[in-house]
Amino acid sequence: MQEVKQRITILTSFLAIAAIAMLAAAIAASKTAGIVLTMVVAYIVFAVFLIGFVYRIIRWAISPVPFRIPTTCGQEKSLPWIKANPLECPFGNLGVIGRMAGEIFLFRSLFRNSKAELVNGRPVYGSSKWLWFFGLMFHVSLLLVILRHLRFFTEPVVPFVGALSSLDGFLEIGIPTLYMTDTALVAGLIFLFMRRVLVPQLRYLSLFTDYFALLLIASVAVTGISMRHFFPVDLNEIKTMTMGWVTFTPVVPGKTGILFYMHLCFVMVLIAWLPFSKLMHMGGIFLSPTRNMANNNRARRHVNPWNAPVRVRTYKEYEEEFREQMIEAGIPVESTGPGEAEKDKQD
Amino acid sequence: MKQNKWRIISLGIAIFIIGVTFPFWYGKGESPVPPALDLDTPEISLLTEKKCIEDTAFMRTKHMKLLKAWRDEAVREGERLYTAGDGRVFEKSLTGSCLGCHSNKERFCDRCHNYVGVAPTCYDCHIIPGEVKK
Repeated sequence: MQEVKQRITILTSFLAIAAIAMLAAAIAASKTAGIVLTMVVAYIVFAVFLIGFVYRIIRWAISPVPFRIPTTCGQEKSLPWIKANPLECPFGNLGVIGRMAGEIFLFRSLFRNSKAELVNGRPVYGSSKWLWFFGLMFHVSLLLVILRHLRFFTEPVVPFVGALSSLDGFLEIGIPTLYMTDTALVAGLIFLFMRRVLVPQLRYLSLFTDYFALLLIASVAVTGISMRHFFPVDLNEIKTMTMGWVTFTPVVPGKTGILFYMHLCFVMVLIAWLPFSKLMHMGGIFLSPTRNMANNNRARRHVNPWNAPVRVRTYKEYEEEFREQMIEAGIPVESTGPGEAEKDKQD
Repeated sequence: MKQNKWRIISLGIAIFIIGVTFPFWYGKGESPVPPALDLDTPEISLLTEKKCIEDTAFMRTKHMKLLKAWRDEAVREGERLYTAGDGRVFEKSLTGSCLGCHSNKERFCDRCHNYVGVAPTCYDCHIIPGEVKK
């Protein structure tokens, strides 16, 4: 039963992709739909992305974080002769910034992944870097691919895009040149997808959104690579359209073909869906409470801001009230004269 | 602490918005003019039928594929003649055939290539007739 459910989930995500592809084909066939997509929907998608993204960030920002809950993986700052680890257990802001940078740029916590196996009935632990490697490769490639696309959105083209593109294609395989990031992006996606499909534990806990996110980005990549290498399109028409967007003078693109509309539709679904999906980790990583807090619990007192005021009665106040009775009963007291508790309170 | 948090959050949101809207403010809102290809060369003006080796749509999207095929066939297999879709025969040569008519690289090839940010490696080796390399 569980197996069947898992297969249906995987199948559904493929069907969702196919549905978007068919929708794109239909849009490509109809002139009116093409106009609506490129002149109206494009702006709606971008607005949804922008507003949705900021909304999610603000929602997270106003969520209370009552306790200091940094996860630590190193020696805390304590006595001067104990060597502290400021990156793995940050004490100040600088350490937090360093730790966040390690997380965002190098995926530090994935690097720590380990695997456990039973060998002859005994658990054996080892390091497991595959997810870190392919995850990092995928993310870096995706960033570079997005940056390369700036050539369609800026005129004159931003200078670094040319340098980036020539560096990316310096192997000069084929014409147009094969980009290394395109290859790495697809390789990363294949790993991330197959990992969820082939590893039973991961298949068990994978949801529709997990598969769909990967397949959606893969569809964007496959349609994009096809347009570059197998079914070339007229880039002039495309850049005229994209520049129309960014100058708020949208134009209807000329003949661009079905593949381009598929690429466009996949990208639009991705962008509009991003703020409401797990892909929002793009912004969320900055707001992970277990990572972005300094571990200074022992040095500073952090009080939960909405704690109800607690009526505290100190021992001194107690002794003040019952001193005479205590002395009478022979119970030892800390001070003999009255009024000392008052004096202490003032201090 | 509270104030500090919102300072960081608003800084982050500002960086995000400025980053993703980069194309909108980079060009200062000026609409660029799509490249106009100059076909006014002496050779083209001599042609009675102004027609490239294949039709315009094909040339626009697939000229690089064609040139790559030409390179492989001419250099590696020695087949130096190309028969176009309509039966005309051309020499497989960038400098001879293509640039023979389109002798104005800066006003023809470069216009689109610069517009869409393409840096073809053709001219690393091929000579541009009449062009002084700067």
